[in-house]
Amino acid sequence: MMASRKPLALHLGILALLLVLFFVLPAYHVGAFSRIMVLAIYAMGYNLLFGYTGLLSLGHAMFFAAGMYGFGLTTNLTGFSVIPAFASAMLAAGLLALGVGYLALRTAGVAFMIVTLMFAQTVYLIILYFGTYTRGDEGFVVQQAQRQLAGIDLTTETARYFTAFILFSVCFLAMAKLVQMPFGKRLIAIRENEERARMLGYDVANLKLRAMVISGVFSGVAGASYALLFGYVGASFAGVQYSIFPLLWVLLGGAGTTIGPLIGVIFMFYLIDISSGWTNAYMLVAGIVLVLLTLFAPQGIVGTLRKRGVAWLP
Amino acid sequence: MTQPTKKPTKMNRRKALIGLGASTGALAAGGAFPGAERFAHAQSAAPIKIGFQKHATGIGAAYGRWYGATTDAAVKRINENGGINGRPVEIVVEDDATDPGRGAEVLEKFATQHEVDVAFGTLFSHVVIGSAPRAGELKLPYFVVSEGHHVASGMLNRYTLQPCITDVKSQVISMAPFVAENLGKKVTMIYPDFAFGHDHRDFFSEAIEAQGGEVVAKIAIPPTETTFTRYFPNIPRETEVIYHVMVGPAVLTFVKELGEFFGPNRPELFGFIDSLEAVDIQSPGLEFLEGSYFWEGMPRHAQAGDTEAQKAYRAAVGCNERGASVEDPANVSTYAHMFGCWETLNVIKAGMEAADYQGPADRPKLIEAVEAMSAIPASEDHPQGDKLFNGKTHQVFAQQHISKVTDGTLVVEHSTSIEDGMYEDEVDYTTQTF
Amino acid sequence: MDFGPHLMLASLEGAVISAILVLTAMGLSLVFGVMRVVNVAHGEFFMLGAVLAWVVSTTLGGHPAIGFIGALIVAPVLVGCIAAGVDRFVLKRVNYDADRTIVATIGVLYIIQQSTLMLYGPEARPVQPPFNTRLSLPWFEFGENGFAMIWPWGLSITSYKLFVIFAAAAVLVALWLLLTRTRIGLIMRATQQDSDTAQAFGVPVGKVYSWVFGLGAGLAALGAVLVVPIQQAHYLMGGDPLLLAFIVVIIGGLGSLPGTVIAALLIGMSDGIISVFFSPTLAKIIATFLVAMVLVFRPQGLLGRAET
Repeated sequence: MMASRKPLALHLGILALLLVLFFVLPAYHVGAFSRIMVLAIYAMGYNLLFGYTGLLSLGHAMFFAAGMYGFGLTTNLTGFSVIPAFASAMLAAGLLALGVGYLALRTAGVAFMIVTLMFAQTVYLIILYFGTYTRGDEGFVVQQAQRQLAGIDLTTETARYFTAFILFSVCFLAMAKLVQMPFGKRLIAIRENEERARMLGYDVANLKLRAMVISGVFSGVAGASYALLFGYVGASFAGVQYSIFPLLWVLLGGAGTTIGPLIGVIFMFYLIDISSGWTNAYMLVAGIVLVLLTLFAPQGIVGTLRKRGVAWLP
Repeated sequence: MTQPTKKPTKMNRRKALIGLGASTGALAAGGAFPGAERFAHAQSAAPIKIGFQKHATGIGAAYGRWYGATTDAAVKRINENGGINGRPVEIVVEDDATDPGRGAEVLEKFATQHEVDVAFGTLFSHVVIGSAPRAGELKLPYFVVSEGHHVASGMLNRYTLQPCITDVKSQVISMAPFVAENLGKKVTMIYPDFAFGHDHRDFFSEAIEAQGGEVVAKIAIPPTETTFTRYFPNIPRETEVIYHVMVGPAVLTFVKELGEFFGPNRPELFGFIDSLEAVDIQSPGLEFLEGSYFWEGMPRHAQAGDTEAQKAYRAAVGCNERGASVEDPANVSTYAHMFGCWETLNVIKAGMEAADYQGPADRPKLIEAVEAMSAIPASEDHPQGDKLFNGKTHQVFAQQHISKVTDGTLVVEHSTSIEDGMYEDEVDYTTQTF
Repeated sequence: MDFGPHLMLASLEGAVISAILVLTAMGLSLVFGVMRVVNVAHGEFFMLGAVLAWVVSTTLGGHPAIGFIGALIVAPVLVGCIAAGVDRFVLKRVNYDADRTIVATIGVLYIIQQSTLMLYGPEARPVQPPFNTRLSLPWFEFGENGFAMIWPWGLSITSYKLFVIFAAAAVLVALWLLLTRTRIGLIMRATQQDSDTAQAFGVPVGKVYSWVFGLGAGLAALGAVLVVPIQQAHYLMGGDPLLLAFIVVIIGGLGSLPGTVIAALLIGMSDGIISVFFSPTLAKIIATFLVAMVLVFRPQGLLGRAET
């Protein structure tokens, strides 16, 4: 079937492009793309819940932080090596998402926004409260010696890029597959009309909870990757700002599209990066661009492209 | 950013002082000019690029603006005196939004896009800690002006140095004797529930106990708090001294509410001026601070005993005798901290000249040259005063001041000795490889 | 401090916090209730109000009361006009679409913050209250000599803080009257309940939206002018009020003014009273968690109707 082959080609093409970029981009942009890929994992996790399931969370930073601290604290306090520390980060984010989902999914709409927001604030304050271990807002460094995997030093620019690339590829392809599967279709059905999905016999509560957990684990993977690749763990990543970022990225790139989150992160990163090169008032430029974008690309970049003729975009 | 406007009279005086040998480091390497190397000529003409990580937006913006002004003034002076190794200095400014994530990105930008020689200028600890790992990986010397204990604690790496501002541990330790002897032995501490506040809590509790005093209550205030009165009843009645180190925009409220809580009879107050940097001490609501004591890294208000170097520095950064902008007296500076930018640039200059720094390949040599520094005497380069740099811990130690608010003016009551703030080394960065 | 006076002080402070919450949240309650859009820039209108209060009071000079009264008039009107402009040129053009409004108002937030930083600066600046006297408060106790009145150490409040509590009540009553007793209020309520039907009955819904958005922002600015003498004007001060206002409005029940008041009291008082029993940050954690749990078990908010 043509329709399903095109998206696959696009996904593989994007991965190939990211691979090529490493060899052609100047050093600074290679570093920037390592970061962009990590943040894109976060955005993809958010997109599953928001873009596909229709649940707007304002507290995803808690899952990002769960991954980040799950990784950073286990390496620093227990001396775990990278793989088990990464696994415990995913576990931490997954369990938190399960608990939060169990409670917060009793609500919907704006109440869901606020409940997730407040749970995330609670997590943020807990990080500060246990400052003895977390060093609160100041955070701590994950030392170079702890960022080694099978003899490879992950702190070099090359290893960092490829670690980010591999993590991103796995998440990207898994997410593309996931939303194609019946599970993904059911999530979309919930987004479009929850009552109808329920009448069709879907276990809506269970589906939402699963979406929440998967979304949380993706966010946790991103947080753990950030700690692993950039060597820093800090409470600012658990703040409200980092809950709003993935929402912004997904809306800019295109909610409910597979490539939108990546596009959104790239767009926002370079919007700030380039405009800060022109002027000190770069936030002003960024603000104006955001307003213009909502006026002229209402469905986000990918969503608008899809509407304007490239209908097959995944 | 740096457009030196020529003011002949000032320049002449400064040149004369430099001629007298104010810059000791410059003498050490003065004669060594690169002759043999192939690109020596081209290199010697190109500017030395220093990346300035500035808190231009975000919560640190008030500090960032004055760190910027001080940096501009220091660079202007260095360039008027012939630059570094005969090369002009160029500052490349990037805004880190007072955010550790963006801070690390900015540092990458310095290293790989602007290709600066060194990075410098960060104040907020979380930005330093978020950025330092990248500095180490990119092998970019990173000179911070942060007063955090992060450098000396051993958490960071060989590429990160704090050569001109004393860290919080040393500051706090050196305050304890004065507090215990003059203000009281029963202390209640009020601090933000941040790592910065915890440092104060831990280091001061230990230091005051060594003086025979005790901390009778520790009140950690959660961040983003905008009202404080409900926490004050936790202050025990027996308290003789309140030690406060609040930071952030709500600080004025904090002090005001503290005054309203106690009314006419309050215990002694001792605070860190960090609370009131960039705030006029005579602001409405702060009358309560009259007669209270403050730590100051460098006295904001001009003192009777100011040295010529201190006067010259004050004029150069454009501050009046109350530490506010000469052009706009309502614009109060961050005087107790920003001298660190001025002095750090002079350390970079001295280090580069001692190491005969030619380009990025000489970065390890530059760090070794700075590590080799020990006593840094007071001079026009170092107006804050004498300093002792510890090459192993990458941390400097200097004299601290305690000022009393007297008729709305901060008058220095006591100055500590460098030894008051010394503590055992917690790390030896020189054992790390480059 | 003894337990009794401590509890009384914490309750009084809780009441002040509640009043501040009411003043920040009522504008959002109106906008959210009528228009059903998430205005991320609402906190910035609050901030603009505070900054304008500083500008007006320093420009006018003289006794603080002059500046205060001036700011009470100027700030809400000016901020209301800015907001109406935002509605007209941005929100109207994205058809109040939920997602696009979020992005657009994040953009507006960036624009307002950066402009304020450039024009006003990064400092926190105080605005003097028109009056501010420290009032010591008595406490009653059964001692050896029977019932006695004592003046415990530290138990006090200021006249301005008391004024803020009354001002919040007064503004609420005025808003309540506007919504229930006037034609404007009737039109707003009609639009809130069913904008399509309202349109069909000749209500100029587009204009109403602009007015509501402007009024909501003006109320935020008014709240800021009243609150700023207790706090300070700072260009980043809009963030926390925004979050708190959202929390208050949702917990109160969407579009329910009495609900907003009850939620503000609940949050403010729990914040104050829990602080008596736990260390500050722990108290904050517990208060935040408990308030979230209210919503978990009553998703429609305290006085909201169950969603249809």
